[in-house]
Amino acid sequence: MNPGESTRFVIMNTILYLIQKEFLQVFRNRLMLAIIIFMPIAQLVVLAYAATFEIRDINLFVIDRDMSSESRALIDRFAASENFRIIGYSTEQHAADRAILRNEATMALEIPVHAGRSLARNGHTPVSLRMDAVDGFSANIAGQYATEIINRYNAEFYPPAHAVIDVNVRHWFNPELNYRIYMVPGILVLLVTVIGGFLSGMNIVREKEIGTMEQINVTPITKSQFIIGKMVPFLILALLMFSFGLLLAKFWFHVPFEGSLALIYLLVTTYLLVALGLGLLVSTISSTQQQAILITWFIFVIFILLSGLFTPIDSMPDWVQPLTWANPVAWFIDIIRRVMLTGAGFYDVWYSYIVLLGYGLLFINAAILRYRKSTG
Amino acid sequence: MKAFLGFIVKEFYHIFRDRRTLLILFGMPLVQLLLFGYAIRNELNKVDIAVLDQARDEVTREVIDKLLASGHFQLSAYPDSEEEIGEIFQKGIARGVVIFEPGFGRKFVHDGRAGVHIITDASDPNMAQMLDVYMSNVIHEYQREQAEQNRGDVNITATGVVPQIRMLFNPDLRSANLFVPGLIAFILMLVSAFLTSITIAREKEQGTMEILLVSPLNPLQIIIGKVLPYLLLSVINVFMVLVVALMIFQVPFRGSLVLFTLLCILFIMTALALGVRISSIVRDQQTAMMMSLAGLLLPTILLSGFIFPIANMPAVLQWISHIVPAKWFLIIIRGIMLKGSGMEHLWKEALILFGMMLILLVSSIRSFKIRLE
Repeated sequence: MNPGESTRFVIMNTILYLIQKEFLQVFRNRLMLAIIIFMPIAQLVVLAYAATFEIRDINLFVIDRDMSSESRALIDRFAASENFRIIGYSTEQHAADRAILRNEATMALEIPVHAGRSLARNGHTPVSLRMDAVDGFSANIAGQYATEIINRYNAEFYPPAHAVIDVNVRHWFNPELNYRIYMVPGILVLLVTVIGGFLSGMNIVREKEIGTMEQINVTPITKSQFIIGKMVPFLILALLMFSFGLLLAKFWFHVPFEGSLALIYLLVTTYLLVALGLGLLVSTISSTQQQAILITWFIFVIFILLSGLFTPIDSMPDWVQPLTWANPVAWFIDIIRRVMLTGAGFYDVWYSYIVLLGYGLLFINAAILRYRKSTG
Repeated sequence: MKAFLGFIVKEFYHIFRDRRTLLILFGMPLVQLLLFGYAIRNELNKVDIAVLDQARDEVTREVIDKLLASGHFQLSAYPDSEEEIGEIFQKGIARGVVIFEPGFGRKFVHDGRAGVHIITDASDPNMAQMLDVYMSNVIHEYQREQAEQNRGDVNITATGVVPQIRMLFNPDLRSANLFVPGLIAFILMLVSAFLTSITIAREKEQGTMEILLVSPLNPLQIIIGKVLPYLLLSVINVFMVLVVALMIFQVPFRGSLVLFTLLCILFIMTALALGVRISSIVRDQQTAMMMSLAGLLLPTILLSGFIFPIANMPAVLQWISHIVPAKWFLIIIRGIMLKGSGMEHLWKEALILFGMMLILLVSSIRSFKIRLE
């Protein structure tokens, strides 16, 4: 064995020992292990079903002051719609107001007196739709649904007499507009972010706080060996969890995998460099675990809210959109969705990939630079 | 009593010495408020679309102009054939494509009927649905305008039943109005429950819990001393957020401030009890953090109606949401702030929250161990 080989052997060994130590620590804490295994499943399932802006079952209160065959026909249309659920009838307006104030109804449909007669005589009549708009998004969509039902009712009984444009809509990649298929890849991102970012974020601070950092600092380990040794175990844990999430996505949520699996893993590994690097960087800066958690939480909340995971980046105001370029999570969510759902290849996403890799290297190097082997 | 006071002073020192944490505790809610108020929206704003115009005539140009003039869309590609659409979506160039059939204008003017295809990238179904609705609306409006011009008949828009929509409580559909109450609940959970559980776990991890336990303080005093500073921090935080929300975002406050404060304190007590309960299970900060994250913060964000409406969730999740204290608290403060509801509308929710607080308080005091294993 020549000297060069033995040095390399020692370097590898040092890292391997550190990795072994980290794994021992994780697996020794049963509660922690249970959380690491249980949390992703719970998170994926709960988030996939809970994180939806779909509007179904709008609670409707009906005030029919006309009681004509026309008003009943219109109410039947609402009753037959799967988007609405009629929770009460009355002829008095204040009954509807009370239902809205008590959170029992979100919409009140009021048909005025003589609506049927006005339709027969003048060809039109107003009806009033009043909505609890505290949740503006939902109210807006609920209003669209109600308008659509009324438009279809009109088209059948009172057709317009002018030139029309037939609008024919096709939805690609997800023809049934299944929201879950769209959310699951994004939730997988959230999952690896939490494991990668938070666990690594607390790790080095913990050694500082309980004093074992001193023991590591007096060993001949180099800064980059230390950071790499800290990173690899969490990289492996996060990849394991991601694989588990992929299986759930495939067999439980039936997410179609259009893109190549190898590319998906390449992208996730690269993204984990970002999350882990950021976590470790925070870890080297903070002096207590509480601080580390808060800083990590703070950064990731901003990253996730501005990532397009829940609300599209296109909907953000013009001055906010450029901010998302500085957000690695936004880059990653965009490419992982395109690869998984539309079958984009490496050629389609290479630019974003380079950006992501750049962020990863930046954070890791910053963490190595910030790590001091001396205390105080 | 003097020992107790000394202990409380020590706890305050602990918190106020750590400037970085304080900065985050007060900075984070403000940043989140700004993000939720400005950035998190669910409407169309200059979405990239592509147009495949097989007619290239007067009418298609007018329809395209009308689409772009709405402010919802911007043109990013002009493909020549349907084959290019797949690549446009895969590269993320546009989110939707409008296709005009050949001879569109002639058919519209002479036959009174012409066809448009809209193809959306439904890998984002929410966006696809909004594109569908907004584009259809613009096109229908165009056809209505044409009809008016041709006949000079203004009443043509008013055929059949004409819906008049009124948005109550939040007529401009501002997202800040929805998110501010949620944010208050979230901050209270974060500061009261999350930090309390971590701070007690910390004493255990560092071994200083032993010192507290052999001191003349009784367990109840230790718990009170631990949670008191966080109670104060929570209250300051809530009022800071409230002031910013009222001043910058003009979020309305229609109900009673006294009722608001009382119910906030009720919720803070619930959260503090939760924090103490969690800390009695765990032995180190990392586990406390993961448990609080999974058991407190995520449910508070996801299952409380903060961002996602509970009414749309599957029945199982709706059931689980009943045991999330933040859900009831959110109904209460949205009611007070936006609807001006009083106790006569909110007594049910307040009672549930009160019950939760009692159960948690009793269980957390009983679970507090005075001996080390």
